[in-house]
Amino acid sequence: MNHRTETKPKVTPAPRTKELSLSHEVLERSESNPDEPAWLLSARKAGFLSFDELGLPTLRDEDWRFTNVAAIAKMRLAPVVKPEHHGLTEKLLSQFPFGAFAGTQLVFVNGQFVPELSSLAQLPEGVKVMSLAAALATEPVLVERHLCRHATTETNAFTALNTAFFQDGAFIYVPAGETVVEPIHLRFISTAKEHGTTTHPRNLIVAERDSRVTVIESYVSLNEAAYFTNAVTELVAEENALVEHLKFQDENQQAFHIATVAAHCGRASNVVTHSIALGAKLSRSNIFATLAGEGLECILNGLYLTRGEQLADHYMIVDHAQPHGASHEYFNGILADKSKGVFHGRILVRPDAQKTDAKQTNKNLLLSDHATADTKPQLEIYADDVKCTHGATIGQLNEESIFYLRSRSIPLEKARRMLIHAFAGEIIDRVRCVAAREELDRLVWDRLEQNQKMTKQP
Amino acid sequence: MKEAIITIKDLSAEVEGRQILKGINLTIYPGEMHAIMGPNGSGKSTLAAILAGREGYEITGGEVIYGGQDLLALDPEKRAAEGVFLAFQYPVEIPGVNSTYFLKTAYNEIRKHRGLPELDAMEFLTFVKEKVKLLHLPEDLLKRPVNYGFSGGEKKRNEIFQMAVLEPKFAILDETDSGLDIDALKSVSQGVNALKRPDNAQLVITHYQRLLNFIVPDFVHVLYDGRIVKSGGKELALELEETGYDEMMPAAAVPA
Repeated sequence: MNHRTETKPKVTPAPRTKELSLSHEVLERSESNPDEPAWLLSARKAGFLSFDELGLPTLRDEDWRFTNVAAIAKMRLAPVVKPEHHGLTEKLLSQFPFGAFAGTQLVFVNGQFVPELSSLAQLPEGVKVMSLAAALATEPVLVERHLCRHATTETNAFTALNTAFFQDGAFIYVPAGETVVEPIHLRFISTAKEHGTTTHPRNLIVAERDSRVTVIESYVSLNEAAYFTNAVTELVAEENALVEHLKFQDENQQAFHIATVAAHCGRASNVVTHSIALGAKLSRSNIFATLAGEGLECILNGLYLTRGEQLADHYMIVDHAQPHGASHEYFNGILADKSKGVFHGRILVRPDAQKTDAKQTNKNLLLSDHATADTKPQLEIYADDVKCTHGATIGQLNEESIFYLRSRSIPLEKARRMLIHAFAGEIIDRVRCVAAREELDRLVWDRLEQNQKMTKQP
Repeated sequence: MKEAIITIKDLSAEVEGRQILKGINLTIYPGEMHAIMGPNGSGKSTLAAILAGREGYEITGGEVIYGGQDLLALDPEKRAAEGVFLAFQYPVEIPGVNSTYFLKTAYNEIRKHRGLPELDAMEFLTFVKEKVKLLHLPEDLLKRPVNYGFSGGEKKRNEIFQMAVLEPKFAILDETDSGLDIDALKSVSQGVNALKRPDNAQLVITHYQRLLNFIVPDFVHVLYDGRIVKSGGKELALELEETGYDEMMPAAAVPA
């Protein structure tokens, strides 16, 4: 269902690597670590070839028809090599979202791990949290078992690019039966002052059977450059594992943010991912969930809150491969000014996946006449005993609710904010980690207050 | 003579070009409870909506003086802050807005308006819990979203509960009895009666006399085709119940 009137998009051919100033030389130069194992080198080469083959997507591509990434072609695409902090201090760091959390945090500045700003809290025996580069050296077997196995490069140019060029990211491993109580916070901070700066963070999260862990990924910026984040997270939840993953994106209003979370969910696992998009000029979050075991539950939950000319795109594929799986997608968008929200949710139910229960909801609140929302559910069902539902709404605030609040002495603007906040709250309330939920609630409320002030200006 | 709480003079109004109110006159003094009765379509709910400030009505004549001010010139929130309260016929469900938070915001807006210091979360909770007890309501109501998933009876009781918290000077109860069983009706009525004070006033709008067995008005007015065609004491309600609206109407008031 597409609620927008179609205009024929201007089409330019997909830029290929040559035009993007990328070459095998760049690839080879970026291999700063000569000890990289052969399997990784071949994965990188495959990624590079894939990208060369695919090029950047264009509006002709069905999966990208609402989101024009042509501007990304102007980015450097090869990653930053020299570490540069541009005045990032511990104090500044503590002021960023979730910055006051006491637990384990890994800090990456412009894609590079900064141990002196990171901290490791007391973790249960056998739990490993470190940079991916370190893990490649110390945990080669574990990494090889999972890295580059879940995020596919064949059909996704950005994942291909990330695979070819990633330098670092986080590695989290929770062994069978262990519980990590406090959330682990992965912080990606851009201090870029130069337009076109690119980073390719790559994370691997492995939760073995019967383990529990909460991971927060936050993407924020210190400066105003038009940089590009191209992140990939591979998440493995083995049998009966309980994983909560929250990606919080508040990059600056010039930045481009493309991210993929590829989750592989095992039998009877419970995986919930939250994608919160507040920032960036253009953001695209791909969430690919493979329901690879029986009787599991997977929740994809998301909120996008945009203003100005921002675009926030969420693209999901939920792949029901086994019977008795439940997947629920809940995405709410709050769109102000001329901003744009895109939701694309594909549910694939394979022939074996009987008794699947798949639900998908996308609700959009348009706060201005110039904001737009595109929503496209797509169900592909090859099993006959399943329950699949989807629903999408695009609308304004309910006048009757506004009047009710005003009739109780609550001023119009405050009433509107309360209702918008409540709409966001439907998503925020699904965050299970209490500290993260409260922080998120505060962040969203602050942003709504800010947006309100901005929209009031003539 | 004491000063009126509200004076409605020759009030006429239309909705989408259709004349609904055709010159209403009504003065209410402190300590009084008035009931307006009338058949469907007589303009009862329109009157309630206009007094509370709902949009979509065009005032074509007359005025409403409340506390020396032109009530119709005020925004709905300003009216509420000045002590006007409408108990809705259909209270609105607002998922995602917590009842306590909602009430605290409303209560503090009123206090701000009166130049009083705002209550903090703890102070307000203590205050509001007393009110919950007073109306024999379950305390978990405070934790739930406003009216969300409430039964019809709970919604109506919640309106009266809000009235108890906000302590209005002038409350309009729009069809508060509709959809209530006898037990809920009793409990809602007890709430309303408990809130009656010498310095406030209520206007009860109802189709049926049955509510007035429990809430005993000082005056009853019959609204018919946009006009008050008869006023009297509480016995008028009983008379109406006996004869029906049509019998009682003066020939002139019956539309051709």
